Amino acid sequence: MIEYHFRDWLRGDNVKSVTENLSMKVLVGIKRVLDPQVKARVKADQSGIELTHAKMTMNPFCENAVEEAILLKEAGVVEEIVVVSIGVAKAEETLRNALALGADRAILVLTEQILEPLAVAKVLKHIVEKEVPNLVLVGKQAIDDDCNQTGQMLAALLGWPQATFASNIELQDTDATITREVDGGLETINVNLPAVISADLRLNEPRYASLPNVMKAKRKPLDKITLDTLGLNTANRLTTLAVNEPPARAAGIMVATVEELVDKLKNEAKVI
Amino acid sequence: MSILVIAEHDNINLNSATLNTVAAALQIGSDLDLLVAGHDCSSVATAASQVVGVNRILVADSDTLNGQLAENMANLLVSMATEYNHILVSATTFGKNLLPRVSAMLDVSQISDISAIVSEDTFIRPIYAGNAMATVQSSDSKKLITVRVTKFDAASASGGNATINPISVSEDSGLSRYVGLSASESERVELASADIVVSGGRGMQNGDNFAMLEAVADKLGAAVGASRAAVDAGFVPNDYQVGQTGKVIAPDLYIAVGISGAIQHLAGMKDSKVIVAINKDTEAPIFQVADYGLVADLFDAIPELEKAL
Ligand SMILES: Cc1cc2nc3c(=O)[nH]c(=O)nc-3n(C[C@H](O)[C@H](O)[C@H](O)COP(=O)(O)OP(=O)(O)OC[C@H]3O[C@@H](n4cnc5c(N)ncnc54)[C@H](O)[C@@H]3O)c2cc1C
Ligand SMILES: Nc1ncnc2c1ncn2[C@@H]1O[C@H](COP(=O)(O)O)[C@@H](O)[C@H]1O
Repeated sequence: MIEYHFRDWLRGDNVKSVTENLSMKVLVGIKRVLDPQVKARVKADQSGIELTHAKMTMNPFCENAVEEAILLKEAGVVEEIVVVSIGVAKAEETLRNALALGADRAILVLTEQILEPLAVAKVLKHIVEKEVPNLVLVGKQAIDDDCNQTGQMLAALLGWPQATFASNIELQDTDATITREVDGGLETINVNLPAVISADLRLNEPRYASLPNVMKAKRKPLDKITLDTLGLNTANRLTTLAVNEPPARAAGIMVATVEELVDKLKNEAKVI
Repeated sequence: MSILVIAEHDNINLNSATLNTVAAALQIGSDLDLLVAGHDCSSVATAASQVVGVNRILVADSDTLNGQLAENMANLLVSMATEYNHILVSATTFGKNLLPRVSAMLDVSQISDISAIVSEDTFIRPIYAGNAMATVQSSDSKKLITVRVTKFDAASASGGNATINPISVSEDSGLSRYVGLSASESERVELASADIVVSGGRGMQNGDNFAMLEAVADKLGAAVGASRAAVDAGFVPNDYQVGQTGKVIAPDLYIAVGISGAIQHLAGMKDSKVIVAINKDTEAPIFQVADYGLVADLFDAIPELEKAL
C-alpha cells in the first residue's frame, strides 16, 4: 500500500484523487545530459566522459515526454504538469527550460552523486507518492548511460503498469491505449491508470520555448530538495572500473566507379 | 552457478537473438536453463530444446502470457529468480521492456546491453551511443543482464538435448492488456539477422525510391534498413530504423545509401564486417567508417549497382 505524506514543501494542496481523471496530473522525469550534437570524449584517466565546460541539454527523449504532457494539457485532459530532475544544481536550467515549454512546476532533487536507474526510480517513486499523479512520463532512454531502465523500474516499484517506447498515447478515464515501437513493428497495448509511459522519438515533435515564456518560467515554482534528506538507500551497485574509447575501424578506401566497388566486394572483401 | 536465459519468440518460432544470448550466458557458466514463456508456444519449446548448451527448457504456457506483457512476465520471473545467479535476455525491445521491471522487483541494478564478459561479475557495455565503452562490476548478489546480441556468435540451434519442463504461471496482474501487433510485412530476410543489409537515408527523397534499394537487396538476398531521417519522413516503417534508437545490427556487409553517418546511426551499424557508403557529399562522416566509399549520385549509382550484380 502506498503511503502518502502531504507536506507543504511539495505543495501537497494540489494533490488529487487518482480517480478524478478529467483533470489529470502528469509527472515528467527529466535528465540533464551531454548535448547529442557534441562528441563524447573519454577522460585521459579512463574514469569517465569529459563533461566540464561541455554543452549540456535536456535528454532528447525527455523532450518528447515533456511535449506529450503539454499536448495533453492543451487537449484539456491534463490540468497540471510537474517536472522532476535528480542531479546537480545546474539541472535547474533544464527544469526551467521545461517550465518555459509549458510545465507548471518543477522539483529538483539535488545530488552530486551519479545515480543508477534503480536509485533514480526509487527517488521518483518517493516523489510520486507525495504528488500522486495519474500518469508518469519519462524518456525511453538517457543518451549518456543508454540504460533504458528507469521507467520500467519505477513502474515496478509502484506496482503500476508500464508502456515503454510509446509512439502514440490515448488517455481514457481509467486506462490508456499506447502504441509501442517494437522490433517487429508497432504494438498496441492497453494499461490501467496510473501508469508509467516512456516516450520514443516519434511520439511527437518537441517545440521550442519562446522568449516571453523563458522569462515567465523564471517565476514558476521550483522546489529544491537535497537527496540526503529523503532517507532513501541510493547507493550504487555497479562500480565503473574503466571507460575506454571503442576500438577504431581501420581506414577504408575510396572507389571511383560502381564497377570497381562490385569487384572489390567480390574479390577483395569476398562478401557477395 | 545457475543461469537463466529468457527466450524471445512469437509463440511459433524462437527468435535467433536468443541463440546469441545463450552463447553469452555460456561464457559465464554451463548450468543453463532457458525460459519459454508465452501462449501455445510448444513449438518454440521443441526448437529451444535443440539449442546446444542448454540443460532445461522451462515452459510457462498460459493465456495470461499472451503478448508477453511485462507485468505478468516479471511476476513469473520473480517467482523463479531464487534459483539463479544470472538472468540474461537479449537487448531487443522485448528484453529492454521486461528485464528492468524484474530487476527493480528484485532490488538489483541491471547491466544493460553488454558487449563483452570479463568475469562473472564484470562486463563491458557501450555508453554515449557507443562513443565509449564502460567496464562495470556488479556488487549485487544476482546479475540481471541484457545482451548486445551482435557482439556474441550464435549458439548452435541444433544438436542439443535439453529436457522440456512445464512450470506454473502466476495469475493475471490485471494491470495491462495486449491489443495487437501491426507487423510490417516483408518477404525479405529479417533486418536483425540478415548477412547483408542495404540501408537508405534522407537522400532517398521518398518512399517510392526505396524500390531501387529493394531491387538491389533482392539480388543480394539482403534486408533493407533505414536512417531515422528516412523513417521520420515516412519513407519506410519504424522497424527499418538502424541506430541508437532503432536496431543494432552487424551484418557481413552494410551498404549505406544517402546516409550522412550521424553518430546515432553509426551506433547501430559500425560493428558490421564490411561497410560500403554511397553518398554524393565527399565530406559525409559515413566515409570515415566505410571500408569502401563511393562518391556518387545515388540515382545513378544504385541502378548501375543493381545491373552489375
Ligand atoms: C537521441 C537521438 C537518437 C537518434 N537515433 C537515431 C537512430 O537510431 N538512427 C539514425 O539513423 N539516426 C538517429 N538519430 C538522428 C541522427 O542524428 C541523424 O539526424 C540521422 O541519422 C540523419 O539521417 P540521414 O543520414 O538519412 O539524413 P541526413 O543527415 O540529412 O543525410 C542525408 C545524406 O544523403 C546524402 N544525399 C542526398 N542526396 C543524395 C543523392 N542524390 N545521392 C547520394 N547521396 C545523397 C547527403 O549528402 C547526406 O549525407 C538520432 C538523433 C537523436 C538526437
Ligand atoms: N537523474 C534523473 N532525473 C530525472 N529523470 C531521470 C533521471 N535519470 C533518468 N531519468 C528518466 O528516465 C529516463 C530513462 O533513463 P535511463 O533509464 O537512464 O536510460 C530518462 O529519459 C528520464 O526521463
